[in-house]
Amino acid sequence: MIVGAVGLIYGFIAAPETVEDVKEMMASEHHGEEHGEEINVEQLPGENVTVENIEGYESETAHGDEAHAEAGHGEEAGHGDEHYEHILHQLQNKPWAALYVAAFFFFMISLGVLAFYAIQYAAQAGWSPVLFRVMEAITAYLVPGGIIVFVLLVLSGLHLNHLFVWMDPEVVAHDEIIQNKTAYLNVPFFLIRAAIYLGGWMLFRQLLRKNSIKMDSATDNKIFKKNFKLSAGFLVFFIVTESMMSWDWIMSLDPHWFSTLFGWFVFASLFVSGITTIAIISIYLKSRGYLEFVNDSHIHDLAKFMFGISIFWTYLWFSQFMLIWYSNIPEEVVYFIQRIEDYQLPFFGMLITNFLFPVLLLMNSDYKRVNWFVIMTGIVILCGHYLNVYVMVMPATVGESWFIGIPEISAVLLFGGLFTFIVFNALTKAPLLVKGNPFIKESKHYHY
Amino acid sequence: MASKVLHAIYRDDDLLLQAVKQIREARYHIGEIYCPFPVHGLDKAMGLAPTRLAITSFLYGLVGLSVAVAMMNFIMIEDWPQDIGGKPSFSFIENMPAFVPIMFELTVFFAAHLMVITFYMRSKLWPFKKAENPDVRTTDDLFLMEVDAANHNIDDLTDFLYKTGASEIKLIE
Repeated sequence: MIVGAVGLIYGFIAAPETVEDVKEMMASEHHGEEHGEEINVEQLPGENVTVENIEGYESETAHGDEAHAEAGHGEEAGHGDEHYEHILHQLQNKPWAALYVAAFFFFMISLGVLAFYAIQYAAQAGWSPVLFRVMEAITAYLVPGGIIVFVLLVLSGLHLNHLFVWMDPEVVAHDEIIQNKTAYLNVPFFLIRAAIYLGGWMLFRQLLRKNSIKMDSATDNKIFKKNFKLSAGFLVFFIVTESMMSWDWIMSLDPHWFSTLFGWFVFASLFVSGITTIAIISIYLKSRGYLEFVNDSHIHDLAKFMFGISIFWTYLWFSQFMLIWYSNIPEEVVYFIQRIEDYQLPFFGMLITNFLFPVLLLMNSDYKRVNWFVIMTGIVILCGHYLNVYVMVMPATVGESWFIGIPEISAVLLFGGLFTFIVFNALTKAPLLVKGNPFIKESKHYHY
Repeated sequence: MASKVLHAIYRDDDLLLQAVKQIREARYHIGEIYCPFPVHGLDKAMGLAPTRLAITSFLYGLVGLSVAVAMMNFIMIEDWPQDIGGKPSFSFIENMPAFVPIMFELTVFFAAHLMVITFYMRSKLWPFKKAENPDVRTTDDLFLMEVDAANHNIDDLTDFLYKTGASEIKLIE
């Protein structure tokens, strides 16, 4: 955590502050190369303008590729300084985006676990109650993590960074497409929405946890029934707010782009990372002798979920990619053109870590019971889903100036440390085996 | 080989499972067990080797994937690389997303069907096959165990089977 914090501060200091700094940096680095690529990317949508010539299209395509362009790129003459300014914004965004990606990644893990937990309640699963305390502990990160994400959003709203282009009034003034979306994309409403999602999730989390602790000393099933209803209510609330959250916090980074299955795509990502985290922490606690009743069959079930939801994620990833690739409509496809040209390795590498690895490693029923196998695959999946968030956020914020360097790694370390601290601290707050759950006996003897 | 077998009939699956354990402990050889429905844990109690059908299915899936790739690579890329609606038919990888649905379906198709056929062949099931049921009641509510009596004293074995809870015992020559 400390290493991460130090690294992040370095990242903020290292971010260039003026256009001159960028010029210096670029001169010392591979200037020609990046410059060349830049032009390439810009010209792609530019060609469409001449062909289609639609009113209002101009602004879109000028900004479409690099959501960050403050001024139009159309004229070649004024290109020089604008280009550097553009890069400057990207580099200034870099530590912010690194922070945002990591904060969101760990937050989404605990959110995914909460969704999984609620599903276990609502489905009256007989295998999982022995893992409830682990899940509850992971969701303990929801509150601080959510507050951190909210603070980051507020900071964006206060124009301390340029993560969200549509928050910049100058950009909006020149951009008819964003202007048409301001009824939804405006800072006060955005923050109110975020507060509603976060408040709702935290409220449900606290109630579920409180009831679960109360259930330990309960004599009847009243509290269980209450939790059952709460979970069902949460799931309804969750699926609506999660979907809107993904539009707000991630899709609006590219305000010119939209995709209808995006909410599900983000959901699959957070769900599988959440389940993977449950598995990893359970195996760790089990190996330390803290989880007496967790056996191979529980791990097997978690591994099955990791396997299945990984495939579900891939299905959604591919459905989103293929539909857009196939129809190749310019205003949609720039999203992927930018990712494929600038982010080739993470964009396709993600498929290997999030699909190929889990499919091949967790297909065998015996392997799902081998703890180190599940751990290794789990780490690969978590890395893959970090990359997934990275590829969703970075192209819109730092564009082609991306690199997984000190700010990115330190942000992960910082939030990883915070996450571990809070989760394991929460684990000490309650006995690791729930009592009074009507399914606990079945769960203890669960065998697959 | 004039082999003799005893057919012991049980009325309950719990009884059957217990009997299987006792008989295996006493080192008698169980030939077959006929049940009206799957008895959970019976294969483990009998010590049967686990099935390898899933492995065959995986391999069939790979075959299906190869067939799909080879077929579409030949048809769409090599044989007649036409421009159809601007799709890039220059190489397989460039046009791959369009092929994925077919690759997926053929993988599933091969994996599923060939595995089912493997299952039929391995368990010798086909239309017009003569049923091998020793007692019609085993398809309804009785469990029948076939115990090899080859080198054992028939009376001892019968006694033993009665003690394990068999409700009927028949000697079949």
